[in-house]
Amino acid sequence: MDRAAVDAIIRTLIEPFNKKGVDIAEGTTFAGDLEFDSLTVMDFVAAIEDEFDIIISMNQQAEIENFGQLVDAVSKLQGE
Amino acid sequence: MSENRDLFSKFDDIIQVRENLLASGVEDPFSLVMEKVLSPTRAICNGRDTILLGTYNYMGMTFDPDVIEAGKQALENYGSGTTGSRVLNGTYQGHKECEEALREFYGMDHAMVFSTGYQANLGIISTIAGKGDYIVLDIDSHASIWDGCALGKAEIVPFKHNDIEALENRLRRIPEGAGKLVVLEGVYSMLGDIAPLKEMIAIAKKYGAMVLVDEAHSMGFIGEHGRGVAEAQGVIDDVDFVIGTFSKSVGTVGGFCVSNHPKFEIMRLVCRPYVFTASLPPSVVATAATSIRKLMHGSNKRAHLWENSKRLHAGLTGLGFTLGTKEPQSAIVAVIMPDLEKGAAMWEALLKEGLYVNLARPPATPANMTLLRCSLCAEHSSEEVETILGMFERAGKAVGII
Repeated sequence: MDRAAVDAIIRTLIEPFNKKGVDIAEGTTFAGDLEFDSLTVMDFVAAIEDEFDIIISMNQQAEIENFGQLVDAVSKLQGE
Repeated sequence: MSENRDLFSKFDDIIQVRENLLASGVEDPFSLVMEKVLSPTRAICNGRDTILLGTYNYMGMTFDPDVIEAGKQALENYGSGTTGSRVLNGTYQGHKECEEALREFYGMDHAMVFSTGYQANLGIISTIAGKGDYIVLDIDSHASIWDGCALGKAEIVPFKHNDIEALENRLRRIPEGAGKLVVLEGVYSMLGDIAPLKEMIAIAKKYGAMVLVDEAHSMGFIGEHGRGVAEAQGVIDDVDFVIGTFSKSVGTVGGFCVSNHPKFEIMRLVCRPYVFTASLPPSVVATAATSIRKLMHGSNKRAHLWENSKRLHAGLTGLGFTLGTKEPQSAIVAVIMPDLEKGAAMWEALLKEGLYVNLARPPATPANMTLLRCSLCAEHSSEEVETILGMFERAGKAVGII
């Protein structure tokens, strides 16, 4: 799956968590722009993990601050 | 050129929440002082004679005459403190006897006593799961478990609370060959719900994971021998490490890990929160050992504790309160409050009635809930439970919750 396809899927997965309807760009941050709290993060990460059949440990999550970084990380984990 | 940045500015939000709460005139729920303690169930709190319903003193051992006597003797014979680490000058006869009592209580080969329950989780989890290993844990795990994860170098993978399928999905995706530790609790202390350990431990074993279960809130009264939820569900033999505490049913302070792992004793040399701290005072391990041995024969008290828990749960449900569990699953009954303001008002109204419960609030609570957490004691009389229900009814109506 190429990066654009991963991007499209994550964009769909994020919708139910994007309560304020924030426009999603590469630089959109989860904590700042989307105001995700720890429970939202867990549910959102679980949705991505289940969709792509991958694990994103909390150690890896700590490196992911914005949407673009998430798409990169999932694309990489997908290829492994 | 340097800018002076106040390192405390990161706490401004929580300072504001606290100030707003106290500005409403409510008594500070986090500055309660017990001026006198009359028994396991009664104290003078902020000047009032108060029934204690938030102490985790499940078996009421804090004033047991045998326990007190053992502590006094140890204080006389061994002094007030050890002034040393367990691996240097801090292992006394009493520490060995306490570990022997734990081995007998759990029927396990090894027992290691820590200075607190917090340190037991911190030490064991951070030490056994290292770089490249995976820790799979329930999202609602106690702070000491999370801090054990943070202190170590393992990959941390949480799953949704008590969700068996979510646990399996995470275990299935862990790379081949990696070490795996599944961390569960018998009773989750916020809502008082128990874990489906039988199913979860079977899955953990299927994927070759080691299993650690924190039984802090079940020791002494859940399971045939009071060994906890894993015993009650018939799977304690599949648990690699049981973590527990002396600060609940045992009635003093300290923590422990028991295990049948053949190499377990090496923990005493490699577990930093065990090595780099002073051991428990002689009086504390003497009271703990005596209490643990008495808990082996506490079946009558256990039965009464369960009666109390069931009565309080049914009574509060009948009054119209929303509780953390539909059925009583432990000696914790959590009453869910609509918000922090109402919760604090209810807490204060109960205190004025002469009842102490725990006010629990985010981030300690799941799903940002505010809870009034009640923990029952085997020493609460049936009449006291009825009195407590009357207090809840009056306070709940005054605050407008029921």
